[in-house]
Amino acid sequence: MSKSLVPEAPVSAAQSVERRPTDWRTASMQRRVRQRYAAERRFRWLGLAAVVASAAFLLFLLASMLARGAGGFVETRIALPLDLARAGLDVTPAQLRGPRADLALAGAGLERAVDTAAETAFPRVGGAALLSDAAWLRVREAVKRDPGLLGRRATIDVPVASRLDIAFKGGGTRADRAIARTLAPQLSRGLNRDFLGGADSTDPTRAGIWGALKGSLLTMLVTLLLAFPIGVFSALYLEEYAPRNRWTDLIEVSINNLAAVPSIIFGLLGLAVFLGTFHMPRSAALVGGLTLALMTTPVIVIAARNAIGAVPPSIRDAARALGASPVQVVFHHVLPLALPGILTGTIIGMARALGETAPLLMIGMRAFIAAPPERLTDPATVLPVQIFLWSDDVQAGFVEKTSAAIIVLLVFLLAMNGLAIYLRNRFETRW
Amino acid sequence: MSNAPPKMTASGVDVFYGAKQAIRNVSIDVRQEDVTAFIGPSGCGKSTFLRTLNRMNDTIPGARVSGDIRLDGEDVYAKTMDVVQLRARVGMVFQKPNPFPKSIFENVAYGPRIHGLARSRADLAQIVERSLTRAGLWNEVKDRLGDSGTALSGGQQQRLCIARAIAVDPEVILMDEPCSALDPVATARIEELIHDLRGRYAIVIVTHNMQQAARVSQRTAFFHLGQLVEYGDTSDIFTNPREERTKDYITGRYG
Ligand SMILES: Nc1ncnc2c1ncn2[C@@H]1O[C@H](COP(=O)(O)OP(=O)(O)OP(=O)(O)O)[C@@H](O)[C@H]1O
Ligand SMILES: [Mg+2]
Repeated sequence: MSKSLVPEAPVSAAQSVERRPTDWRTASMQRRVRQRYAAERRFRWLGLAAVVASAAFLLFLLASMLARGAGGFVETRIALPLDLARAGLDVTPAQLRGPRADLALAGAGLERAVDTAAETAFPRVGGAALLSDAAWLRVREAVKRDPGLLGRRATIDVPVASRLDIAFKGGGTRADRAIARTLAPQLSRGLNRDFLGGADSTDPTRAGIWGALKGSLLTMLVTLLLAFPIGVFSALYLEEYAPRNRWTDLIEVSINNLAAVPSIIFGLLGLAVFLGTFHMPRSAALVGGLTLALMTTPVIVIAARNAIGAVPPSIRDAARALGASPVQVVFHHVLPLALPGILTGTIIGMARALGETAPLLMIGMRAFIAAPPERLTDPATVLPVQIFLWSDDVQAGFVEKTSAAIIVLLVFLLAMNGLAIYLRNRFETRW
Repeated sequence: MSNAPPKMTASGVDVFYGAKQAIRNVSIDVRQEDVTAFIGPSGCGKSTFLRTLNRMNDTIPGARVSGDIRLDGEDVYAKTMDVVQLRARVGMVFQKPNPFPKSIFENVAYGPRIHGLARSRADLAQIVERSLTRAGLWNEVKDRLGDSGTALSGGQQQRLCIARAIAVDPEVILMDEPCSALDPVATARIEELIHDLRGRYAIVIVTHNMQQAARVSQRTAFFHLGQLVEYGDTSDIFTNPREERTKDYITGRYG
């Protein structure tokens, strides 16, 4: 070895015994230093390139989703001239103030009146077919707010049908775009509140994401409430209390394998156990949450065990030597120090659960559900399943809804991760 | 020397790590009024034996202790002995300072708090102040009790650990090479501290430093290869050892 460092050194028998002090200025030494610097630089560039590449991927994803999905949050409205006095709706002012106003207006034929108004206003370009299914509902809201509308002429902005909506946003067939151009003076844009506040619908202009978002929230809540405590307590038991023997080795191997099992198999398990054996309701957030908890728990157990194992033994010794009981050692010292790591693992597991589709399809969460779930046992769907269903729909109007739903899912994910990072920083211990 | 019964007695103690025997048939008395020093070459089992006195070996997988160890006549390894209380009564200071990553105040207050020793918040603050004062750290930290204990220097950390141990008001304090990571000034402070604490607590200290053993202790035990070679008054061990091996060790002929 010394020969390669100092090649100039003459190799004679007498001198090879007595080593000369290292000369740090030889050419080979200088080369070594240069190579070291070059390696450092290469390594830094490599790291930077990797970061830039992943950031570029993320940006591309976000930009393309935003470009395609932003329209999903916007609806096209048409100024519809209405003369409800002439339509002769049979509604009393008392009925309008009562709780059954919706029913009274529907029964009096408001929908037909709105259609007639459209036929009158836009006779040659499509009439009532230009309006969204939700148009008369918008009129109903306006009437409830201002009953005077029933007695005078007025113009109300109502959402248009999907075809016209697409054409006004620059897509669709040439014929539709021509109609949109003709009507352009009457058309306007506005925030699509049905999308943010409603549930699934067969009419893309009425379809909303809130139902799926709420379904996801409820499902995640069930998953978190089950997987987090079970995962953390399992990890604590395995790390702090369980004896090391063949049984615990077996459990460890099983948990590691469970974390790698394809998610659809958990769906089948959920189908067989929760629906088959326990007869829980189909398509419910409760069952979805239970199924995803099966999938998430092993991930949390593994992360928590690593985090707990990384707590220095000297801290445990210090607490024990003061007379802290095993439970006190765990809850006063080990758990607080392991919490950031546990939270990181939990985020990864929950993010995976949030994006999961396959197992939820198995337990029937792919049904068409037109109302947001009120309870955990109500039929529900979740964001990724909703995205899957919409992307599968033949109607052109669902294309931008799909992208918009993806944006909502990504925002949900970002919010969840942001919260987790905040929590982790709060619990981080500075040594 | 007094005739009071010893604070702790060990007789015929063997310790095994799995199949390997680390301590062979050791018998020792620890007296209340003395500082007892354990000396011996590295790996001879000083730490192992020290840990049997407060059952810290219980947590090491595969460790087995046999023989008889008593604290005030009570069998330390009896089924009825409460390990948690035993460790509160027999405190320990480790070789490497290991403060909790909490504030200085919390470090010292932790023990009294879990054992319910303080009647009020003011009482707790008083315990903390008294412990830090006895550990010779109060003046250095009194204005920064909220700072993290891990932000102190090594010597300050070790004194913090001592303060933490005495805050529980133990009867015996075991110190495993408490000065091995410290400079001479910090070492001198801790030796002074041991001097001050003598009599109030029975103290056992493991050390590799012969001068330190001679300075701080009244009784010295020399271990070699898991056996207790010689145990007696420090003055006798250092001036007039009975055993050849002891003499070789303290004169630095091996170690
Ligand atoms: N946890 C353990 N598992 C197995 N063997 C151990 C363990 N701890 C210590 N030993 C062995 O027991 C013997 C005594 O170790 P111990 O730590 O008590 O020595 P020591 O006298 O304190 O040495 P030092 O002065 O270097 O601290 C050594 O041979 C060591 O290898
Ligand atoms: Mg030791």
